Amino acid sequence: MYQCQNYGQCVFEAPNIFHLNDDDKLEHLAEADESERANVENAVDVCPMQAIRIVE
Amino acid sequence: MTEHPVVIVGAAMGGLRTAESLRRAGYAGGIRMIGDELHAPYNRPPLSKDVLSTGVTHEAVAFPSRAETADVEWMLGSRAEAVDLESRSVTTADGTEHSYRALVVATGLRPRRLDFAPTPGRHAIRSLDDAMALRDVLVPGARVVVIGSGFLGCELGSTATKLGCSVTVVTPSAEPMIRPLGELLAHELRTRLEREGVAFFLGAEVIGLDDGVTLADGTVIPADVIIEAIGSDCNDAWLAGTGLDLSDGVLADNALRAVTTDGLAHDDIYVVGDIARFPNPMFDDVPRRIEHWNIPTDTGRRAGAVLGAYLGEGFTEAVATPFAPMPSFWSNQFDIKLQAYGLPGLADEAGIRILEGDLGGEVAVGYHRDDRLVGVVGVGLKAALLPYRQQIAGGA
Repeated sequence: MYQCQNYGQCVFEAPNIFHLNDDDKLEHLAEADESERANVENAVDVCPMQAIRIVE
Repeated sequence: MTEHPVVIVGAAMGGLRTAESLRRAGYAGGIRMIGDELHAPYNRPPLSKDVLSTGVTHEAVAFPSRAETADVEWMLGSRAEAVDLESRSVTTADGTEHSYRALVVATGLRPRRLDFAPTPGRHAIRSLDDAMALRDVLVPGARVVVIGSGFLGCELGSTATKLGCSVTVVTPSAEPMIRPLGELLAHELRTRLEREGVAFFLGAEVIGLDDGVTLADGTVIPADVIIEAIGSDCNDAWLAGTGLDLSDGVLADNALRAVTTDGLAHDDIYVVGDIARFPNPMFDDVPRRIEHWNIPTDTGRRAGAVLGAYLGEGFTEAVATPFAPMPSFWSNQFDIKLQAYGLPGLADEAGIRILEGDLGGEVAVGYHRDDRLVGVVGVGLKAALLPYRQQIAGGA
């Protein structure tokens, strides 16, 4: 559990932070600007694995 | 005059997302969440997988709580029995009346059960408690019969096989998952599941559950554990007599306002999650219920935004904003990873064809209605599906 399965739903919510590469692997920035907070929170919500945690 | 809270009936994912969205829309008043389960909202997909195969508890599957909803009033372990739309009041099983200024219907589904006398060893799975009860009996060597061959039934068959059980799936269908996926892909998936050791009885009617599972042709399948995964019924009994259209779930308009049998929308009643039957302009104007994981979140956000505007300002604009959520679903069975977008079940019979890849390996199958792509299902493909997703969202 909590392991990213590369579903890519986060990409639709926060495209500046999450990216699905050509090998179907999910990549993300290590840090997100405060202006992206709402998008990243939405990405947390839509992850079927609930694998995304926001660490302050 | 006391300001009554927004009452959300159904304390699962859809209710939670509605509460969060209401706060984001600026509503700062009271929110009361009434749910019949004792657990705070949690993520259900692991119930047919990790919860059965590992020792996870409620904490492991619970949704994280947010600061903005810290003051939500939780009434867990309370079942709504009735609602009076005139006096705006919900009655729970303990007799308490909960007055509301606006109501959210988020009571979801319960597993449909076969109509036989209760016998030991019968299970169905919807809640965390259901999964924990099942986990205790899925031991190596157990003879497990899964009745029903939808995604849930097939996932349970996969998990039980991996746990060392001997698994048979019994279904009236010609192939597992055939209704959403069509014959082409459903047949391929069945052969893969059979290779992993799952046995199938297709086109089978269950006529008894006394000593094992008895089929109409006289076959008796011995069973230590029987899992009924034959679909769901809507938890709408508490809404009886309200005039709301309950013909299949609760009818709502595109703003998710509940609609009466006379076609009138209530500005103060919203419907979210699996129980909501609403039109999605991505496809057409036919209201449908969609039992996919993303729908409670999408509808909760929408209902919270519109209701927040109703209680604040900008209601007309909020209602007029089109709501066209992309249905998305996933299923993991053995090492088969399915991912899908759109509504493949809408496809014409002749509109199902391979878009790329090959059926025996990684493949993307397209589902067309009147030559328009309405769904895509990928086996082992993810990034390759994104252009098709775009095409589905783009309409004609």
